[in-house]
Amino acid sequence: MKKYLFICLSALLVAASARAAAPEEIMRSSQAAFLYQGKDFKARVVMRLTGKTGAERIRELTMLRKNSGAPGGDQKYFIYFYKPADVKDMTFMVYKYPKKDDDRWLFIPALNMVRRIAAQDKASSFVGSDFTYEDVSGRDIDDDAHVLVKEERLGSSDCYVVKSAPKEGGMDYAYKLSWIDKGNYLPLKEEYYDGRSGLYKVFSADEIKTISGIPTVTRRAMKNLSSGHKTEAEFTRVEYNTGIEDSLFSERFLKQPPKKRIE
Amino acid sequence: MKKAMLFAVMLALFVLQRGARAEDSPIHGFIQGNYSADTDARNPDNGRLKWSEERGQLRLDATREPYRLFIKTDVFYDNVAQAQDVELREGYVDLTGEKWDARAGRQIITWGVGDLIFINDVFPKDYEAFFSGRPMEYLKKGVDGVKAGLYPGGVSIEAVAIPFFEPNNLPDTRRFWLFDPMPNVQNRVKKEPASTPRNTELAIRAYGSAAGFDASLYAYKGWHRNPSMRPGGMGSPARITLVYPELRVYGGSLQKAALDGVMSLEAGYYDSRDGKAGQDPLVPNSQARFLAGYQRQLREDLTLGVQYYGERMMQYSAYESTAMPGFPKEPRYRQVASLRLTQLLMHQNLRLQWFSFYGITDRDYLLNPEARYNFTDNIWAAVGAMIFGGAKDTTQFGSLDRNDNAYMQVRYEF
Repeated sequence: MKKYLFICLSALLVAASARAAAPEEIMRSSQAAFLYQGKDFKARVVMRLTGKTGAERIRELTMLRKNSGAPGGDQKYFIYFYKPADVKDMTFMVYKYPKKDDDRWLFIPALNMVRRIAAQDKASSFVGSDFTYEDVSGRDIDDDAHVLVKEERLGSSDCYVVKSAPKEGGMDYAYKLSWIDKGNYLPLKEEYYDGRSGLYKVFSADEIKTISGIPTVTRRAMKNLSSGHKTEAEFTRVEYNTGIEDSLFSERFLKQPPKKRIE
Repeated sequence: MKKAMLFAVMLALFVLQRGARAEDSPIHGFIQGNYSADTDARNPDNGRLKWSEERGQLRLDATREPYRLFIKTDVFYDNVAQAQDVELREGYVDLTGEKWDARAGRQIITWGVGDLIFINDVFPKDYEAFFSGRPMEYLKKGVDGVKAGLYPGGVSIEAVAIPFFEPNNLPDTRRFWLFDPMPNVQNRVKKEPASTPRNTELAIRAYGSAAGFDASLYAYKGWHRNPSMRPGGMGSPARITLVYPELRVYGGSLQKAALDGVMSLEAGYYDSRDGKAGQDPLVPNSQARFLAGYQRQLREDLTLGVQYYGERMMQYSAYESTAMPGFPKEPRYRQVASLRLTQLLMHQNLRLQWFSFYGITDRDYLLNPEARYNFTDNIWAAVGAMIFGGAKDTTQFGSLDRNDNAYMQVRYEF
């Protein structure tokens, strides 16, 4: 009996310490909950870019995503642009590989031309917004050193607060703090710090809805405190597991996206 | 009168779509001003403008699967020619099956991996548009034909049949200074291939991706799209006929992410049927063409693209022995390099671009700097310049030396 209790206790201890000592696992779970939910995903995304002066730009697009394997693995993205008018009907395709550079293709309808695009910098801006490609499609967990800083409440949610510092230089930020909801593992807030000015960029998940049983961030914002520029993104018409074919991610459909997939 | 009606219809449609504000409206388009002024010499006809026009475009896109109808029509007023006209840029019907599709009508087709260097893109171009500082999309002309796609999985196939020949549009001799080997004969007649079943152009492309490579194979049977001069009589020609000799092209291309960028390779054999032996000096000799390109993001929103292009004349000694006096002598091997730098700024609302060709063999150049700014989500404007020059006035860009121009494009897009 004593022996049994001892095993139980030590198992619990191991589990607890593993949980506490493995911020990587928290971040892995968070990435799975935030960027890998479902086998596939579809949403209409409206991005509102607001400058310091209040001038506003709209980016509207349909985003389709399909996972190749387990969370953290390869993904394919298909993006169809509705707005602004000068990019209407453009499509954009990304084969995302966490361990190496993405493959990216852009279709320019006026020339009926598919172009492969050089894509080394995953930290560069996505369509001119405050979100980077990594914010849209994720960053390899192993690229950062993660530390569990504390656990605290944010609003009505209990959160882990994880500090992630890029192992290699060349990033805009020195480290980032993430508030990860202990219940659904969604990132509710992220703060980006650089060496000189400290806190300069803040991400917030402003609305979370459960869609097909999956908690989904349907409104999010990225605010750049140093430039005063911000981007708010709203996800509507969210659908999971609609059976997106692998063949969609091809030159054929880049040129002629099927209407039912992009509506 | 008809044209005035069309203007009215366009305006009405524009107003309607503004009023409807349908979320995914089937009608889009733009209103545009496009002006280009000489910065070096006046035009041959003494004008100062290479281009000056106001233009409206309407695009209708209607889908009822498996059909789709797409129409893109321009109406414009040309201030230089003082004429208005209507231009059907594209107009086609698509029929889509699970593993195939078909497109019939006027359509723009772009093949190959070159950046403004065309080897296997055998479809018509409008060089006048490019040299006059018009928006890039006007470099491509539509073809009237049928295209079929087959997608059995693995390798895909695109096959095009074009029964109606469409030549390249070369710069107008009233607006552009051009090299002319026979300036004394101005009586010229264009003779395009007749639209017969035998003359129908055929183009096929097979493509697929494997191991990170995008690979394509191409074949084309048709015609040179730049004319060759054929003097009317022996001795002292009173007339020149502009003909489009027979051409076949076989080629391939490869593209892959490599060396922290994108590598492109393309090659093609230009089998000039009428000039096969190289003994007719007025018909282009057969050529082997090759292109290598590399594109890389230097830092956020700054992209570099470089290309090397070479073409080799196949029957050079035959060409040399029959070369006509007065015609510039072509090199056996011609090499050209290109450079493109693109910098995006201000949340990608400002785009600064540099594009240039440098003729390594011909020692000539084309320089095209451009700045484009999106004032709002609907209004953008671009200013730029087209600058030409070279060691000789008979080469591709050297002959355009006196045509330097500065251009402006302003567009309201809806």
